Amino acid sequence: MGAYFSEIFSGLWSLFVGMGITFREFFSPTVTVQYPYETLKMTARYRGHIELISDEEGNPNCVVCGMCEKACPSSCITLAGEKPEGGKKKVLTSYLLDFTKCSLCGSCVESCNFNAIDFSKEYNLASTRKEDFHFNLLQRLKDRNP
Amino acid sequence: MSLTLLNVIIAVVIAIAFAALNAAYLVWAERRGAARIQRRPGPNINGPFGLFQPPLDGVKLMAKQLLIPGDVDKILFMVAPVLAMAPAITSFVTIPFSDHIVGHNMHIGILLVFAFASMGGMALLLAGWSSRNKYSVMSSVRAVSQAIAYEIPMLITVITIVMITGTTDLMGIVKSQAGGFWHWNIFPFKAGVFNPLMLLSFLVFFISSLAETNRAPFDLGEAESELVAGFHTEYGSMGFGLFFMGEYANIVIGASLTTILFLGGWDCPFGLFPGVWWFLLKIYLLIATFIWIRWTFPRTTIYGLLNLSWKILIPFSLFNLLLTAGLLKVF
Repeated sequence: MGAYFSEIFSGLWSLFVGMGITFREFFSPTVTVQYPYETLKMTARYRGHIELISDEEGNPNCVVCGMCEKACPSSCITLAGEKPEGGKKKVLTSYLLDFTKCSLCGSCVESCNFNAIDFSKEYNLASTRKEDFHFNLLQRLKDRNP
Repeated sequence: MSLTLLNVIIAVVIAIAFAALNAAYLVWAERRGAARIQRRPGPNINGPFGLFQPPLDGVKLMAKQLLIPGDVDKILFMVAPVLAMAPAITSFVTIPFSDHIVGHNMHIGILLVFAFASMGGMALLLAGWSSRNKYSVMSSVRAVSQAIAYEIPMLITVITIVMITGTTDLMGIVKSQAGGFWHWNIFPFKAGVFNPLMLLSFLVFFISSLAETNRAPFDLGEAESELVAGFHTEYGSMGFGLFFMGEYANIVIGASLTTILFLGGWDCPFGLFPGVWWFLLKIYLLIATFIWIRWTFPRTTIYGLLNLSWKILIPFSLFNLLLTAGLLKVF
């Protein structure tokens, strides 16, 4: 008989404890990030597709050494450059990335000695055509620094 | 004569509008409340605080095709959702919101409400049986055993109240509790009856009304994890909508009854600003507790449900009935 009542009262008490917990949660702030309206900042080590880095004047840091092209195990990168008349250094004329084959291994970023490429924080990539994943990085750089 | 008919029509329209509006916006309150407890914002896109969500949901439900599966019992299948909704609305007729806001006050008002509440179980049985679906049949069997198990402690508690107040008239029950919160049936200080167990009786009634309205943690009738959607598995469109509205109308009736029987109806705690708003405040506080409970506790098992009723609530309410009878005889 004693066990019967103690079971009822301990059970009832546990119900009130549970309701106390949800009561506290009710008045706690919400933690949802409403995705299309708000976005989180991507973490420092997030790997998006690679992107060219520019200097202060908006020109690419790239010296067209071709190390990234050689380092890439899947031959994603095709780049070309030319030496202008009277200039000392080669200037980048095209940098094409075929992101359909890239596995984000990072060998290109690691092999670059001139701080010319880095991972972007781009994660909103969706398309039905593979041509949309062939990026012209030089053009993207110009679009970023008009 | 024509004036009386007009009165009836207006009362019916108001009752339906009140039930439908409550059903729609309680869904909103339920979703917002659940979201807050789970630290989400809930529906907040359509209109300020998501307030346009219920009408949009209604439009969506009404725009859907009313599909009747092959080989079901067509008549019962169509009747069941109406039978779930109609008694819920009819019960509003006799519930007094204040001393002059009442559809039609009756001397046996409480009997009428419980008679209609029993028809709700009938609707679930018909829906489950006519759907030709094993989940639906399982669900209606559960719902009926649950309804039987929980109507007993509920009715015994009501008999206790009727013995104290000496009337089955809902308005009379409220009037007997008038004059400050210490006169309410929930408190044991009532003149003539010093029953210290009325607070626990209130808990019994409240738990039973949770179970009667098929609310979590007693929503075994529509246990999604086991029975798809229970008795309304085969219903779409407004067939489902009517079950849903009936459920929420029943919640409002359960809260109203708890308020009338235990919390003094429209009686204000300190004699301040008497009026219908005290009644509304009390029922919406109770409904908020219903929502709070739903999003706190997991669903019980069918054994736990029946054990709670037959082993704890019924013996307890019987004991309180005898105690009250003895106290009334002594004092």
